[in-house]
Amino acid sequence: MIDFEPIYLTLKLAFCTTIILLVLSLPLAYWLAYSKWKAKIFIEAVVSLPLVLPPSVLGFYLLLAFSPENAFGKFLDQYFDIRLVFTFPGLVIASVLYSLPFMVQPIQNGFKLLSKSLIEASILLGKSKTETLIKVLIPNIRKAILTGIVLTFAHTIGEFGVVLMVGGSIPGETKVVSIAIYDEVQAMNYHNANIYAGILFAFAFIVLLCVYSINHRFSKTTPLQ
Amino acid sequence: MIAFKIQKKLQSAAGEMLLNLDFEIKENEFVTLYGASGSGKTTTLRLLSGLTEANEGFIKVKDAIWLDTKNKIQLPPQKRKIAYVFQDYALFPNMSVRENLSYALEKGQDKSIIEELLSLMELEQLQDQKPAQLSGGQKQRVALARALVQKPKILLLDEPLSAVDNEMRVKLQDYIIRVHRKYKLTTILVSHDIAEIYKMSDKVIVLENGKISKQGTPDAVFSSRLMSGKFQFVGEILKIEKENFIYIVVVLIGNNVVKIIAMEEEIKDLNIGNKVLIASKAFNPIITKID
Repeated sequence: MIDFEPIYLTLKLAFCTTIILLVLSLPLAYWLAYSKWKAKIFIEAVVSLPLVLPPSVLGFYLLLAFSPENAFGKFLDQYFDIRLVFTFPGLVIASVLYSLPFMVQPIQNGFKLLSKSLIEASILLGKSKTETLIKVLIPNIRKAILTGIVLTFAHTIGEFGVVLMVGGSIPGETKVVSIAIYDEVQAMNYHNANIYAGILFAFAFIVLLCVYSINHRFSKTTPLQ
Repeated sequence: MIAFKIQKKLQSAAGEMLLNLDFEIKENEFVTLYGASGSGKTTTLRLLSGLTEANEGFIKVKDAIWLDTKNKIQLPPQKRKIAYVFQDYALFPNMSVRENLSYALEKGQDKSIIEELLSLMELEQLQDQKPAQLSGGQKQRVALARALVQKPKILLLDEPLSAVDNEMRVKLQDYIIRVHRKYKLTTILVSHDIAEIYKMSDKVIVLENGKISKQGTPDAVFSSRLMSGKFQFVGEILKIEKENFIYIVVVLIGNNVVKIIAMEEEIKDLNIGNKVLIASKAFNPIITKID
């Protein structure tokens, strides 16, 4: 019988990462879409780095940063008693960074596709920028937000390199499904590896099926977008 | 009521252009901004509403100063209380017609204005529809109604009628005149259509390359062009045929091929492919309704 702990842990990690990223990405994507600050291309490049970097590179740097041997890790350890290496919270932070472009980019594109006169109309009606964001902009980019959520969730579930570097493979703490498959194969337990792999495979397929069916329905009902 | 004196550098297709305007508008006046595209009409509306910042200038509305760059006064667009109808309507796609109007309500404002505007604009039947389900003319009415919810005193219309067909255009013109009178608005319209300007405005301001080239009543501004009893068209010569003693010159004007009779001395300088001006006195033109 296989151990269900890695599956639970994977879902928990994906859930935490998605929630945190959603909260972070809405203001960040809004700023990236509308800011006139020229140096914002640097921020855009940094946000997109995880798309091109091998996960092991990102994981390696995070490992160095989180390590209590080094300044940042030491600071967290001494003043807040927080350890991020080989712990679940560390894994969440690493996942947030690693999946950042998958949430930010769809939302940023959603904002960019909206007509600028929507914001201007709202402002001329005396509404603040925050009220405009919440009541006008966000409801009109639901599709983009949903795409971001699904992509982030699915991407976090499939992640391996970063998790391995930062989290290792501690059962119940950092051993997620993708790591469990690797461990089972190393231990020649092909049967268990097969079950874990099958679960991930089916999950990924269902997620993509949902994304496409939602996109299809949205494009039918709102011809404007 | 409105004193407007602004300088603003603009980037246009033809390079940098300085928008340099100085005009005054009386209360309850209906003013049209007229001019070629790129002459600064829309920018003028944006400057007045605060959506675009001026390099230098002064705007005073009644006794309130909205902009004074010398004394660093700049009232944010939220506080100017202007009704602005955008060229693309800018209706919020996530809200129904009624919700679009309700969104515009100020905190604590009496909601009866919504019913009043829905009925005035004949939108009751459509109030639960989303903007995507509406036609161009219907969207226009919703945009106009939404702009008026806060009972502003100034109405700005950025070519609101350019995207609708002629019949709808005439109907919408009537709606605009109706609200202009009913709510005692001071209205500024951007328009290309001289007939429309004659019908609606008290005053025309003609912009050319960022400057005011003419202003006055529609009659005073356009009469020299329209009332001369003369038609003028520019065309291109396609063919010159000799027929007995006269020549027939075939000219392409717009999409029409026109035959013009000419004497030998008249065609001396004319060749196929020449651009020519065809002018005619029109003491007795025939007027026929075509729609």
